[in-house]
Amino acid sequence: MDINKIIIRATQEIKNGQVVNLGIGLPTKILDHIPAELDVFFQSENGLLGAQTRSPTELANPELIDAGGRYIATRPGASFFDSSVSFAMIRRGKIDLSIMGAFQVDEQGNLANWRIPGHFSPGIGGAMELAQKTPNVVIMCTHNDKKGNSKILKKCTLPLTAKHCVSRIITDKAVMDVTEKGLVVREIAEGLSIQQLIAMTDASLIIEDKIGSF
Amino acid sequence: MNKQASIEAVISTVPSGSSIMIGGFGNPGTPFTLINELLKQGQRKLTLIKNDANEASIGISKLIENGQVDKLITSHIGLNKIVIEMMNNQQIDVDFYPQGILAEKIRNAGAGCFGFLTDIGIDTEITDREQLINWQGQQLKIESALYADFAFIHAKRADCYGNLQYGSSAMNFNPLMAMAADTVIVETPNIVSAGVLIPEQIHTASAFVNAVVEIDNLIDDYQLLEAHIGH
Repeated sequence: MDINKIIIRATQEIKNGQVVNLGIGLPTKILDHIPAELDVFFQSENGLLGAQTRSPTELANPELIDAGGRYIATRPGASFFDSSVSFAMIRRGKIDLSIMGAFQVDEQGNLANWRIPGHFSPGIGGAMELAQKTPNVVIMCTHNDKKGNSKILKKCTLPLTAKHCVSRIITDKAVMDVTEKGLVVREIAEGLSIQQLIAMTDASLIIEDKIGSF
Repeated sequence: MNKQASIEAVISTVPSGSSIMIGGFGNPGTPFTLINELLKQGQRKLTLIKNDANEASIGISKLIENGQVDKLITSHIGLNKIVIEMMNNQQIDVDFYPQGILAEKIRNAGAGCFGFLTDIGIDTEITDREQLINWQGQQLKIESALYADFAFIHAKRADCYGNLQYGSSAMNFNPLMAMAADTVIVETPNIVSAGVLIPEQIHTASAFVNAVVEIDNLIDDYQLLEAHIGH
């Protein structure tokens, strides 16, 4: 399944020793795929560092949720703090990696993921601060929307969350890095040709000699 | 010095037209019992300040659905379809801020200040030109402190003086709001005797608190939300 492919590939971005924030929706599903040996602190912007998935036998605590509202558990070494400290941590760049969803991303690493005028305006939440202040922002989303339109654009048309903030984009079709020369394809989905990828993508893609598959 | 109060008496001091900060991020830390009393007493034309709008027919959503709230100052209401619809139909005025900026505006008021400078959202549609200032060679945005008439706080544990402790992720906005409002009303299921709380482990010091109400947290509002339990 395409969604699973994105989750499994995005999980590989997380490295030992990192502090990581997972955005609401698709990214929080990564929590269920983290290998036990990985020593990572997941930050949840509602005020905790060290979130982990509840084991099936563990009772849910009504006072312990992640930012998406799911009942979770904490790992050894976890800490709780108030919302101003939580965002101090974010704005001071203490989160190594932020994995977020997107409506649109473009070649310059501009991100639109908070508002679709006339259709979807639930508020900003933590998106702007995470996108603007995390040193490494990885986007995970389907390559195309339900109508087949590319989400990977030459230029975003929706209201921006932050400019020039994205470093890597992981979709069901490709892994692409935002570089000074443009969007470089690093990996392509198995069974997909480069021509097919280019045809389904609005943004200009830079194809280098070595492209992996996933 | 004993700040214990009856819920009816203390909520009756809240007039219609008040601005009220309400603790909580989703369910955890939401002072449901204080909210329910406000619903019962029926004060109107309220401005509420809360991270979110809870979920449909839960917490502050009850006050909004009952027409008691003119304005909501918040960060994200994505889990409440009713309030989104009321906002779209202009039945309620909603102001959105980035979550950490909302927290900082409240913290700044709690520290007795009047505002701060930030670069968050500076090149997006949430920034008006008149908010911009050139400060030490950098273009920044002015954010004002956010004060309120009242704060409704949920604490895990309190003593009669109003020293407070919060539970896990139920802390969130509570300690910030407890410093930013003129009158601070606390609900807690657990009032302990003076001297029981360890001074080093107190999250909010008693000087910020005006009233402490003992509640029964076995009522439904404080239980798990089935839809979010997952496995």
